[in-house]
Amino acid sequence: MNRTKGDEEEYWNSSKFKAFTFDDEDDELSQLKESKRAVNSLRDFVDDDDDDDLERVSWSGEPVGSRTRPGSFQSLSDALSDTPAKSYAPELGRPKGEYRDYSNDWSPSDTVRRLRKGKVLIFLKRTLSKEILFRELEVRQVALRHLIHFLKEIGDQKLLLDLFRFLDRTEELALSHYREHLNIQDPDKRKEFLKTCVGLPFSAEDSAHIQDHYTLLERQIIIEANDRHLESAGQTEIFRKHPRKASILNMPLVTTLFYSCFYHYTEAEGTFSSPVNLKKTFKIPDKQYVLTALAARAKLRAWNDVDALFTTKNWLGYTKKRAPIGFHRVVEILHKNNAPVQILQEYVNLVEDVDTKLNLATKFKCHDVVIDTYRDLKDRQQLLAYRSKVDKGSAEEEKIDALLSSSQIRWKN
Amino acid sequence: MAAHLSYGRVNLNVLREAVRRELREFLDKCAGSKAIVWDEYLTGPFGLIAQYSLLKEHEVEKMFTLKGNRLPAADVKNIIFFVRPRLELMDIIAENVLSEDRRGPTRDFHILFVPRRSLLCEQRLKDLGVLGSFIHREEYSLDLIPFDGDLLSMESEGAFKECYLEGDQTSLYHAAKGLMTLQALYGTIPQIFGKGECARQVANMMIRMKREFTGSQNSIFPVFDNLLLLDRNVDLLTPLATQLTYEGLIDEIYGIQNSYVKLPPEKFAPKKQGDGGKDLPTEAKKLQLNSAEELYAEIRDKNFNAVGSVLSKKAKIISAAFEERHNAKTVGEIKQFVSQLPHMQAARGSLANHTSIAELIKDVTTSEDFFDKLTVEQEFMSGIDTDKVNNYIEDCIAQKHSLIKVLRLVCLQSVCNSGLKQKVLDYYKREILQTYGYEHILTLHNLEKAGLLKPQTGGRNNYPTIRKTLRLWMDDVNEQGFCSLIISQNPTDISYVYSGYAPLSVRLAQLLSRPGWRSIEEVLRILPGPHFEERQPLPTGLQKKRQPGENRVTLIFFLGGVTFAEIAALRFLSQLEDGGTEYVIATTKLMNGTSWIEALMEKPF
Repeated sequence: MNRTKGDEEEYWNSSKFKAFTFDDEDDELSQLKESKRAVNSLRDFVDDDDDDDLERVSWSGEPVGSRTRPGSFQSLSDALSDTPAKSYAPELGRPKGEYRDYSNDWSPSDTVRRLRKGKVLIFLKRTLSKEILFRELEVRQVALRHLIHFLKEIGDQKLLLDLFRFLDRTEELALSHYREHLNIQDPDKRKEFLKTCVGLPFSAEDSAHIQDHYTLLERQIIIEANDRHLESAGQTEIFRKHPRKASILNMPLVTTLFYSCFYHYTEAEGTFSSPVNLKKTFKIPDKQYVLTALAARAKLRAWNDVDALFTTKNWLGYTKKRAPIGFHRVVEILHKNNAPVQILQEYVNLVEDVDTKLNLATKFKCHDVVIDTYRDLKDRQQLLAYRSKVDKGSAEEEKIDALLSSSQIRWKN
Repeated sequence: MAAHLSYGRVNLNVLREAVRRELREFLDKCAGSKAIVWDEYLTGPFGLIAQYSLLKEHEVEKMFTLKGNRLPAADVKNIIFFVRPRLELMDIIAENVLSEDRRGPTRDFHILFVPRRSLLCEQRLKDLGVLGSFIHREEYSLDLIPFDGDLLSMESEGAFKECYLEGDQTSLYHAAKGLMTLQALYGTIPQIFGKGECARQVANMMIRMKREFTGSQNSIFPVFDNLLLLDRNVDLLTPLATQLTYEGLIDEIYGIQNSYVKLPPEKFAPKKQGDGGKDLPTEAKKLQLNSAEELYAEIRDKNFNAVGSVLSKKAKIISAAFEERHNAKTVGEIKQFVSQLPHMQAARGSLANHTSIAELIKDVTTSEDFFDKLTVEQEFMSGIDTDKVNNYIEDCIAQKHSLIKVLRLVCLQSVCNSGLKQKVLDYYKREILQTYGYEHILTLHNLEKAGLLKPQTGGRNNYPTIRKTLRLWMDDVNEQGFCSLIISQNPTDISYVYSGYAPLSVRLAQLLSRPGWRSIEEVLRILPGPHFEERQPLPTGLQKKRQPGENRVTLIFFLGGVTFAEIAALRFLSQLEDGGTEYVIATTKLMNGTSWIEALMEKPF
């Protein structure tokens, strides 16, 4: 079962050929000798006997060992020697039928095993030119898939990309190239690499995303350098009060926007670090922008900023509160950041759906909202029930009592 | 011996013993004291085959994990590397061999490739100059590993990606090899059914491999009546939904690896009297989960809703049993009570563990978010609103919930809609890339290739037809999103495992058994891949004659992974009074939606 060391050396050394291509200008005859030798040695290792598990079976189901027909490779070398050299001008235009289709003779399991063991491919890689190998594989889907897998496994990225380029599998080419960026740690090098990805044949949507990826990293590098400088200078209040916990490099877009709304909120559109600039450059929709800005300003407890986010002046000069996201979301985010009840209350009041409003008001103890809503609904029962939830002797309790005893309200229950 | 493997209809201990024997033979080949250097990935699956005690019997004195630099000192004659055939591992082995201390006593090196040798790897060893240092270089064909009395797995993580995204059939070859091993031990399987491209390939390989075995006739009386090969991509839906059986939930929340689960230790700290809980354990609690544990076997496949009542009934029985000591008056009675103590104590320990686990699970299932997620899943599976952007999913992205959670939901929507409208798909993609990072373009591309998240082509949604024809949605859902108590305690249909959704894969198996696939020809044609039937001739005398009332035994092989919920559904069918078929389940990998999608994510090398 085990080959001795000597046999191995011999085997591996004997299959070394210098690479040649069929396009060589050299003497045709000597080329022929080379290919004959190449093909004959192919047969050598195919008939290799020392692999116990090699199930050599052709597609017809007969074991190859039964020798009912000559080994495929032998026929090729026979064919080559029988016909005059001239008609074998080794051009690429040769009908493919005259090459035996080796991979079709092998069952998928055989092909997998042989290719996985690398025998055929190592050999072919060394002897055939890339173009011929690719061309032959183009019509042999099974072998082609195996080659791709093989190249991925041994990490031969260059040959893999050449193969994709040849096959016009452009999108796969683009993605395979882009994938490499995961292995580049240095931000500047990664940025340069991403630049090479822009313009590759991705789908239309993906192209835009790749462009954004590059632009984002480019900006992040600038912001990071600048902010690190500011932080160490120690003059900027926001960095003193809230020292940065991590670098902004390679963070997703939304995280970057949050960072920008946190540390650079008031900056004008002209700077790379301003939120408005980010919004414009990456076409961030209003919804996403408002959500992120809200989260950042709420974290800083900057309630005026929060207010400004939702206040719009209409043409009459009146202010009105609007939100591209439901106000219930606003309330949740405010609560998560421990906003004071008065602030919470204001936004709970803006929730349109009555049930949601009541739910949130009760959950967050915005008593006034609850009381007012039950009053508007003329629901005496609920109001009475809620009375037990407020503190004894509190202003809210008084308010409830006042309402319950009011003769002006036409309670429905 | 792993007794629980013998309890099923098919004694899987036979397989386990055969596999152990091969291991013993190899160990004995490397005569003398030995140390094994393990590829960490293999230790889990191997643990199901052999414990350290077996290795010790064959002079294994030390075990190390494979890592770089020099091997630890050990006074042994042999060093054996147990590894998968992967190039990066060869580099580490070479490092070990080359940095061997020449001054110490010489140690012989050997390699055992699991499950196959690879010339590529051996070439690498040669390039690094160490190939000749190994005396025995062999392969150990560990394909199908028995996990329980009715369950086998190859534990091949990469199988789905290789088969369905890369067209690499290596795992299929191993599957076929595993099936040949099974047939050598349990007899030729007379009938093979299949659905899917990969199923077809495996069947072809099996038939060809059988023909190569001309000469020795298989004289074993066949145990299996049928083999059913199913491609995972025939049913992409099931693994995406959250499993609702007890075992399924344990796997979803904590992850079960090679029959073990690691749990947060706090609930398992032994209560010491007057200790005040000072010494809380910090290491995770590791528990083994298989049918050897009586209580676990009873509750593992139940809908979680039914587990509570079983546990409380058990608690009463065990309490009563312990109370019996008051009734033991005579010496004989006391002796009998004492002899049963170990069993009772084990039962009590088991009950305590599972009560804690059930509490942990309940914390999750009663949370608002779990309910919201389940509601959305059930909406999609019943066909509601699958064609627009979903609010809950949007919220999850906005709140940056786990990416895999989001991907599962988005893929579920896509599968239930036969692909998403381009606008909806682009919207989700953009939100995901902007929130989690652009590098996930690669993952999204993989998901599209797998058919999980893709644009709708042809404008036709086939899912409602499939759902209605195969009766996949049975609407038994109660307010908590689970089955009603009655249904969960006494299910009448396999849909209980997902509280209303019958796994498509299992439904296909069920219909094959009765009344046969001819009744669903049209639906089968909508599902991807060919469906076929093959017969393998048996020598006369070995024809199986079934007794009246005796069930058929079907081996069902999931090519690409299977979930615990599907296993539970098949076990449900097996124990039906008039079911007619008992199932043994095999797969390339035990998985859930999370591990499945994780395997499709692109990571740095």
